[in-house]
Amino acid sequence: MDLNLTDEQRLLRESAERFVAESYDADHRRKMANDPLGFSPAVWKQFAELGWLALPIAEEFGGLGGSAVEIGILAEAFGRGLVSEPYIATVVLGAALIERCGSTAQKQAILPKIADGSLKLALAHSERAARFDLAKVATTATKTAQGWRLAGSKIAVLDGHAADEIIVSAHIHDHRGPSGRIGLFLVPATAPGVAISDYERLGGGRACNIELSDAHLPEDALLGNGHDALPAIEWAVDRTMAALGAEAVGIMQVLLDTTLEYTKIRKQFGRPLSANQVIRHRLADMAVQVDEARSMALRAALKVDADPVERARAASGAKAKIGKSARFVGEQSIQLHGGMGVTEELEVGAYFKRLVAFDTLFGGSAHHYGRHARLGRTTVPA
Amino acid sequence: MDLSFNAEERAFQDEVRGFIARNLTDEMKRATALTPSVFSDPDIGMAWQRALHAQGWGAPGWPVDHGGPDWTPAQRWIFETESARAGVPNVNVMGVKMVGPVIIGFGSPEQKNFYLPRILSGEDYWCQGYSEPGSGSDLSSLKTRAVRDGDDYIINGTKIWTTHAHHANRMFALVRTSDGPRQQDGISFILIDMRTPGITTRPILTIGGDHEVNQVFFDDVRVPVANRVGEEGKGWTYGKYLLEFERGSGIASAKLREGLKAIAELAESDLTGRAIDSPDIATRISEVEVDIDALEMTELRVLAALQTGQNPGAVSSILKLRNSEIRQAVTRLGVDVIGHDALAVEPMRPLYKLNHEPAMPEEMLTVVPEYLNGRAYTIFGGTSEIQRDIIAKMMLGI
Repeated sequence: MDLNLTDEQRLLRESAERFVAESYDADHRRKMANDPLGFSPAVWKQFAELGWLALPIAEEFGGLGGSAVEIGILAEAFGRGLVSEPYIATVVLGAALIERCGSTAQKQAILPKIADGSLKLALAHSERAARFDLAKVATTATKTAQGWRLAGSKIAVLDGHAADEIIVSAHIHDHRGPSGRIGLFLVPATAPGVAISDYERLGGGRACNIELSDAHLPEDALLGNGHDALPAIEWAVDRTMAALGAEAVGIMQVLLDTTLEYTKIRKQFGRPLSANQVIRHRLADMAVQVDEARSMALRAALKVDADPVERARAASGAKAKIGKSARFVGEQSIQLHGGMGVTEELEVGAYFKRLVAFDTLFGGSAHHYGRHARLGRTTVPA
Repeated sequence: MDLSFNAEERAFQDEVRGFIARNLTDEMKRATALTPSVFSDPDIGMAWQRALHAQGWGAPGWPVDHGGPDWTPAQRWIFETESARAGVPNVNVMGVKMVGPVIIGFGSPEQKNFYLPRILSGEDYWCQGYSEPGSGSDLSSLKTRAVRDGDDYIINGTKIWTTHAHHANRMFALVRTSDGPRQQDGISFILIDMRTPGITTRPILTIGGDHEVNQVFFDDVRVPVANRVGEEGKGWTYGKYLLEFERGSGIASAKLREGLKAIAELAESDLTGRAIDSPDIATRISEVEVDIDALEMTELRVLAALQTGQNPGAVSSILKLRNSEIRQAVTRLGVDVIGHDALAVEPMRPLYKLNHEPAMPEEMLTVVPEYLNGRAYTIFGGTSEIQRDIIAKMMLGI
């Protein structure tokens, strides 16, 4: 048992925090908010040069073989800066699914390009009728003589507008009809029959909805050999929730620090707000919740490779608990800033909105406490 | 970073399990499960202390030259986790975890030689003389006075909420030896033999039906000056040092997990008509379990920080705050899970020596008393409000 950071992990944290502090200031964020792409290709290039795009990818495919703990370190720093580059979509979700489901040829073709920054991915899985149920997929992939024909509607595709290739989940219909298996298909963003409508995402960055109407794909668009991909999707989403949890911790820490400073400076009734016990106790509760959230994000990261039930309960527990803390810390940050907190003149609102997006993404607290409960009680030791 | 145990740690885990299997009797286990308060009765608790001492594990947190086992943080973690899982009795923490560290840190060589071995062996049973009727959260306003008379102090006053004063043969107490400019000045830390003439103890029954705490009165009680720990008038410093041990040195999550497990087992049993089938109950169990996961991870982070010589700071207040709140959440859940059986009151104590058939299954006997007594969790050792004050001051600088 060892819970100390290695020297490499400490260095990663320092360089990530330094990068965000130096390059990702309020001006940059404002510029990105009004940018049609929603992020900066120059920054993406820097990510590649710093080795961050290669971080979780196996060494044999041009990566660094990093763990979820390192991803968490990076994500927390990204949260502090409200980074809007498509890191989660491409590296945490996309690369993980390619590495787990792809054939050797597919991995060799795609992963080195993610690592060097020349290829971006997105996952199109969610559908309106499925709500947060990962098993519910109405999109179909029908076997044709030439390959596959995809039809269906996807929503909330993170950074889909920027992706070169979109990983689309669909129920496989082969020559015998519905197979009961979900397949993952690599769909070029420019393929005929693929209509992407992108929108500004709550809290920064962009997302899109995708209509697939008779999109024809070659045989090798299917990732791997067509085994049911649902376990892989759950695995990848659990990993992603651990990373998003760490990002939320970074966001919450900024809100706590900012709000604390404000209550020291802002004077009413002739004294600073922080002179009031009701304010001090509110801030203490916020600090406790940020600390608990940090523990849960780390715990989820340390369990991404545990057995599926333990991993899923750790991920859902973290998502539920951090989501709850995020709402509390975010809402109280606005409350303690008073009227100014509700305006676009301060950045508190932008940080808050990213937390609301975090809480919603892949299901909120109620959904994840429910999943945690359904997966049963566990007495697995730490 | 890695949560799993290495080969040596697994071997130690086996050693702890073996020790517990050899020494924990069914009677001790049942008595512990049927004790609805924080502390085991001394006959049970001290029997366990003697077994631990015989193994060299009588005081896990002490330095090795005073009889500590010299464990790594991981070993400490394993010991506490396995102990909680097996349901071992609670030992006299006022001795091992409170006054022990103060004597080690600030006591004279004579005090160390006399008291520490008696704590380890279980020969002495300690109680804590801190709160007074007029001094609760504002502890340093305490008025119990020790007046110098030759080689003695003469003590007058009263202490309250004194856990197990009716069992203890010794008390450590904060008393006023002078009046300084600040109320924290002039307090001294004194060790008192409970058999000294002039000490009387009045039981206080708590709402759960237990006699755990007392009020202790001092009428011209003569205590040798040699029983003072450290310097006269510096007792507040020693007393606060002790409170940090009281609040933050423990590993609480393992016990919380066992408590929740017992409630979840009731919820899954026919005794409660399978309360777990209600989605509300199932979700609340998950919420509490996740809170325990978070506390456990924070405890592990603190252990790691201590290992590298870092000071965890006000995190002991976070641990105390969350531990007490989660304990209350577990007990609240328990009452809701047992349903109508929560209406029956069992006034006899101890619950493991009832001479009649109780109105409810034995598994439920402690549920309501634990909930009621457990309201004290967020009060003793510094209320939640005081912990928030400390977090705001020490962590946030306001």
